[in-house]
Amino acid sequence: MADTGLLESLLRLLEKVDGGTDSQDVAADLGVDHQVIVGAVKSLQALGEVISAEQKSSKHWELTGEGREIAEQGSHEARVFNAIPDEGLPQNQLMKMPSGKVGFSKAMSNKWIRLDKAHEGGPRVFKTVETIEDAVRDKLQLVQKGQSAKLEDKEKNELKKRKLLSEVTVKSYWITKGSSFSTTITKQETELTPEMIASGSWKEKKFKPYNFEAMGVAPDCGHLHPLMKVRTQFRQIFLEMGFTEMPTNNFIESSFWNFDSLFQPQQHPARDQHDTFFISDPALAQQFPQDYLERVKKVHSEGGYGSQGYKYDWKIEEAQKNLLRTHTTAVSARMLYKLAQQEKFTPVKYFSIDRVFRNETLDATHLAEFHQIEGVVADYGLTLGNLMGILHQFFTKLGITKLRFKPAYNPYTEPSMEVFSYHEGLKKWVEVGNSGVFRPEMLLPMGLPEGVSVIAWGLSLERPTMIKYGINNIRELVGHKVNLQMVYDSPICRLDS
Amino acid sequence: MPTVSVKRDLLFEALGQKYTDEEFDELCFEFGLELDEITSEKEILSREQGDEKAEGASDVVLYKIDVPANRYDLLCLEGLVRGLQVFKEKLEAPRYKRVSPADGGEPQRLLITDETASVRPHAVAAVLRNISFTQERYESFIELQEKLHQNICRKRTLVAIGTHDLDTISGPFTYTAKPPGEIRFKPLNQSKEYTAAELMSLYKTDSHLRHYLHIIENEPLYPIIYDSNGVVLSMPPIINGDHSKISLNTKNIFIECTATDLTKAKTTLDMVVTMFSEYCEERFTVEEAEVVYPDGRLCVYPELAYRTEKLSGDFINKRVGISESAESIAQLLTRMCLRSEVSGEGGLIQVEIPPTRSDVIHACDIMEDAAIAYGFNNIVRSTPRTYTIANQLPLNKLTELLRQDLAAAGFTEALTFALCSEEDIADKLRKNIAETRAVHISNPKTAEFQVARTSLLPGLLKTIAANRKMPLPLKLFEISDVVLKDETKDVGARNNRRLCAVYYNKSPGFEVIHGLLDRVMQLLDVKPGRNQGYHIQAAEDSTFFPGRCAEIFSCGKSIGHLGVLHPDVISRFELTMPCSAIDIDIEPFL
Repeated sequence: MADTGLLESLLRLLEKVDGGTDSQDVAADLGVDHQVIVGAVKSLQALGEVISAEQKSSKHWELTGEGREIAEQGSHEARVFNAIPDEGLPQNQLMKMPSGKVGFSKAMSNKWIRLDKAHEGGPRVFKTVETIEDAVRDKLQLVQKGQSAKLEDKEKNELKKRKLLSEVTVKSYWITKGSSFSTTITKQETELTPEMIASGSWKEKKFKPYNFEAMGVAPDCGHLHPLMKVRTQFRQIFLEMGFTEMPTNNFIESSFWNFDSLFQPQQHPARDQHDTFFISDPALAQQFPQDYLERVKKVHSEGGYGSQGYKYDWKIEEAQKNLLRTHTTAVSARMLYKLAQQEKFTPVKYFSIDRVFRNETLDATHLAEFHQIEGVVADYGLTLGNLMGILHQFFTKLGITKLRFKPAYNPYTEPSMEVFSYHEGLKKWVEVGNSGVFRPEMLLPMGLPEGVSVIAWGLSLERPTMIKYGINNIRELVGHKVNLQMVYDSPICRLDS
Repeated sequence: MPTVSVKRDLLFEALGQKYTDEEFDELCFEFGLELDEITSEKEILSREQGDEKAEGASDVVLYKIDVPANRYDLLCLEGLVRGLQVFKEKLEAPRYKRVSPADGGEPQRLLITDETASVRPHAVAAVLRNISFTQERYESFIELQEKLHQNICRKRTLVAIGTHDLDTISGPFTYTAKPPGEIRFKPLNQSKEYTAAELMSLYKTDSHLRHYLHIIENEPLYPIIYDSNGVVLSMPPIINGDHSKISLNTKNIFIECTATDLTKAKTTLDMVVTMFSEYCEERFTVEEAEVVYPDGRLCVYPELAYRTEKLSGDFINKRVGISESAESIAQLLTRMCLRSEVSGEGGLIQVEIPPTRSDVIHACDIMEDAAIAYGFNNIVRSTPRTYTIANQLPLNKLTELLRQDLAAAGFTEALTFALCSEEDIADKLRKNIAETRAVHISNPKTAEFQVARTSLLPGLLKTIAANRKMPLPLKLFEISDVVLKDETKDVGARNNRRLCAVYYNKSPGFEVIHGLLDRVMQLLDVKPGRNQGYHIQAAEDSTFFPGRCAEIFSCGKSIGHLGVLHPDVISRFELTMPCSAIDIDIEPFL
């Protein structure tokens, strides 16, 4: 803030002129540097409508440092000329002068001096004329007096080439009176203070206006990860629908619960080394419910419960192999088995959202681990229409209302349906999940009653999150390569809006 | 999911109708197929090898159709057309018939010897008589075998198919196994004879066959089939002989399938003969062949078995959620190639399952077909009346509540991988891998997937390393599971829910991490104190800087550590600033 005295001087000056004045003239009148006046103009602008100022730029000629020296002491050639006495001067001595080299050659070409190379005692310089006219100095003095207009452009350019003159652009303001012009200044307060509140002085004070265009100061806070925010919402949806959370905190699973209990045959491609991570330590699972295991073995190898079975040699060694679970359905199988062990069957609705693992080829949308969302309902007499109905309710909560279903194949569900939703942006149907009715060959060996149906569906957590937050590469979302700025900036998650 | 590639015009000609791409896509959707891509040979070549190579390639439009993995009967044009025509009620499903040789001749016979037992003990066979090939039919025949090999045959490990021009060979045929040095023949499309050992090295570089060599490579005896004159038919599962190769002009085909899984061999044979008996003079008939086992047992193939299931209309209605008459359900099923009729007794529906539908193994498969024919999207959607009270898993409930408050305390949540390298959890943390109780993965494709993490710390440090451009301080946390070996569990391992947080700045900020511990304990309603409360106590841990590490105790039990990380740990994670961390087990607070 420029001092009040200067501001008021400026205002008084402005009061006297009609139509405004240039800040450069103000600087000259008040005898202060132009930059100080620029500062004063800005301070006055901040006070509101006291003045109005329009920025403009103008060009003018100015002496360089060397130019100023010449205007004061004469050109180099004149200084050389003046240094030579009538009896002449040895050339080497002349060359030692500050202006020696430049002045000598210029004075020579002006024919002011001559050089006697054959002079006894070394080359010696003599004057050739009595008096000289220092035109360079005269021209520079004109510019210094602000009369550069008297020089021709050719002359100015010549001096510019000799680095004695330079053309500079000056930014200045055209200042006029503002709508609330006054020659006195009331100091504006920046902030309300406790003292003002206590004394009531705020009533008399003017406050400096805020700049509402600027951003605020970012709060010092932590942030939740966007994928976890979406997980929280899915969890909430299941809880709203009356689903109980399954204990999925067991990444290591046996092939038995991951595949065999789901009636997935032992030669199935999913059980291949290329698709599943197997465990070398601890390599094998040791305990199984023995009578259930026998029933599973039988339904695979011989059939039963109305099934033909797969008719192959079922091996316990294959079922014992530990792996990183490839789906949370392994946990659903454990839960349904547990349910079947109850004295009396009670209907259940289960859900889980947790990590699963696939030894697959990785790309921009696939990682070796991802989160699977799964919902399961077990009750007497559930129909395929019920599965569609519950999927409709579930997806409505995600803001998806247009659904259709495509027949599909899955080893442990029959019927199996892929769930498609109409994507308004892409103008086409896109797959959003998988669903089905668990096969009797899976449920009956567990001991669930004959009339009980179990319907289930699943989807990945990552895909809806990537769509929701507009992320194309899954590595920017999941894992250590995450972009923390994205985490800091991500909005809250409301799936239905 | 297998993808079948068919020429569009050929497909429409066989279907007797032209469709727009959209109409055909819609038909596929309804039937449970997926029109995956519309392309041409030229387009595929140009995409894979560049425009130059594609020059002059065919630009006939190809439909790539995804087929469900259990529908082997839809893996070729013939099967797809048959399935869709029956579905559209334009065709009645054919009845496949096994016949004896004409004029009372003896059936072809394949004798299995003892030696096969150790390597590939099963074989089945059949004959297609008086077949007429065209270029397209021939190509489709070869392509179907390839599709079956990739799918039901599990890349030839379970079953391998060999097809031969019967007129170039003479039975009975012998299926035996011999040392590779003793096998010598001219293989398919080669100009000279090789021993089996030579073939194995010849095919090492073959882009197609090298994938099958491992199946028998290390066996002392290789499977081999000879005719009565000692001509080699094939050396399954690798290659056929050149002598008996089929061509466009082949009239009579001898088909053999050798296998380690007999059920799959029978199904595979059934698929080949049901699909291509369409082109035999007597359509949909297949000539039987006899297979004699070493113990003298004689089996006649192909089985072409039809099975009948009886079920009520009520069963279908109740499972699907519709109310159709038994008659109309029978009609729906017939459209799915399951010829059905309502029999007198109690309105039961008799459903005949043809040999092409090996996927139908239970009444629920029949129920699904009824639902597909009815149209999934015509079924009325209804809400089940199942009444239940929801419960959260206590561990997840605690996790959710703590996450919120850790973010409120100024820490940002990270989400790191559960799998990592041995180095991450051992060397980089200055620990010995043997002490980590880590679960090891047997088949990782890269070092990133060697073990399940035993600590959340490496993931957080790697997250910081990837975000070094962000303004300091970096304050991160994660509450998630690590995996530890545990002999008391059925699988020998268990998850453990942990809370880990790090503070990364120009000064170590032990007091910040210590303050976070105090805050977490406040949230968990545990007071400072030695007995019923929590306290920390100086400890040595190789991950931490000596003298800057403490062990955390709650109610007298150790729950984790906090401290300033060892400079070597910081450098090994490619970090440059001091860093303090806390790592605790939250399961004791349930």
